[in-house]
Amino acid sequence: MKLSYYPGCTLKTKSKNLEDSAIASMNALGVELVELPRWYCCGTVYSLADDDLMRQLAPLRNLIRVKGEGNSKVVTLCSFCYNTLKRANLMMKDDQAKRDALNSFLDEEEDYQGEVEVVHLLEMLRDEIGWEAISERVKLSLGGLKLAPYYGCTLLRPQEAAIDQVERPTVLQDLLKTLGAEVVDFPFATECCGSFQIVSNPDFVLDCSWNILSSALRWGAEALVASCPLCDYNLSQRQGELVQGYSEFRQIPILYFTQLLALSLGLEPEVCCFDLNYIDPRPLLKSKGLLR
Amino acid sequence: MRITISPQRLSSEFVRKVEEISGQTLPSCYQCGKCSAGCPLSFAMDLLPNQIIRLVQLGLEEDIANSKTIWLCASCLTCSVRCPRGVDLAKVMEALRLLTLRKNVNYVEPSRIPQEVLAELPQLALVSGFRKFTA
Ligand code: SF4
Ligand code: SF4
Repeated sequence: MKLSYYPGCTLKTKSKNLEDSAIASMNALGVELVELPRWYCCGTVYSLADDDLMRQLAPLRNLIRVKGEGNSKVVTLCSFCYNTLKRANLMMKDDQAKRDALNSFLDEEEDYQGEVEVVHLLEMLRDEIGWEAISERVKLSLGGLKLAPYYGCTLLRPQEAAIDQVERPTVLQDLLKTLGAEVVDFPFATECCGSFQIVSNPDFVLDCSWNILSSALRWGAEALVASCPLCDYNLSQRQGELVQGYSEFRQIPILYFTQLLALSLGLEPEVCCFDLNYIDPRPLLKSKGLLR
Repeated sequence: MRITISPQRLSSEFVRKVEEISGQTLPSCYQCGKCSAGCPLSFAMDLLPNQIIRLVQLGLEEDIANSKTIWLCASCLTCSVRCPRGVDLAKVMEALRLLTLRKNVNYVEPSRIPQEVLAELPQLALVSGFRKFTA
């Protein structure tokens, strides 16, 4: 099966570890992710202003391109891209006034009505491939690894863009259990990491990280599992300061769910690009016998 | 705190603008406080999210301008998915930020971000930060 795939900016720069491990894993599962030609930045955040349609053009043009390629579905890996494309698409489907205004502004031949389906890779794994099929392909069980699934905001909010139950999601934990890991249920799994406040108020983001990470540690997690490059950065980057500031704090690596999937499917560790993780997860993985 | 409310304030241009940009019906909020209870950035805010919407309802724009709250909101949408009255408070926060940004006033000055920070931040942090905080 071939699927149209939208990478977004960060996966081509800082988060190659998310992209490479995802492409390799999907290949192993029989799905070829075909990068959308001439894609460009979706804008990262969906505009929350009702009167500003200009900011909808970037996600919209990407969606039109997917349709132009003859595809009815596009898959995303970055949680931010997912949310922005998904919401722009829903707007084109559900809001006639905005749809008409945007279509008359764009000079594309054919009007766009929200025909393309925007899905996140986690939805693909759950709904198209299925946990059972994945478990049959598992070559290396992640048994003994205690993982805290961390969803953040944009996979779950708003309701209409949520890939799972908003307050009590299970998709990440279901995947990790399928891979054999021990899942840690902790109360901050859907709490915001501080997001783009890293640009303006980084110290408050550090406080948010502390809330999330210290809770995960208290509940026994050895690593956090994420899907968003911004969560990854915010939660990892200043852990050194937390170690210095709080005696009970220990460093805890953040992994992308795709890295664990690739490892568990028995792929070469190179596709995981562990050297790009802000906190090196290799000592932990080696101590569990998951990596040589 | 002593505040003065007046019919002029309640139907001011400011209130109308916030309703227009956010698409929200402001009087729907009945001040239960659920938004503030779940807000992950509330610890840093001088006014809580429910106080912000109350001040908008009353047209007290100076009090909002004197507060940092709208600039600390991370658009996480926790308030929006939990409001029992269906108010999308994240959109109200965005409308309030835009009233300033649309006067061509930046909250974050890109040229003042140090080179090494620019080089280190992931692309989506920069793009989203600039979308939220620059005119
Ligand atoms: S949760 Fe909704 S109704 Fe309650 S105070 Fe907040 S905005 Fe108002
Ligand atoms: S959207 Fe803003 S106000 Fe609402 S809970 Fe998140 S940070 Fe708080």
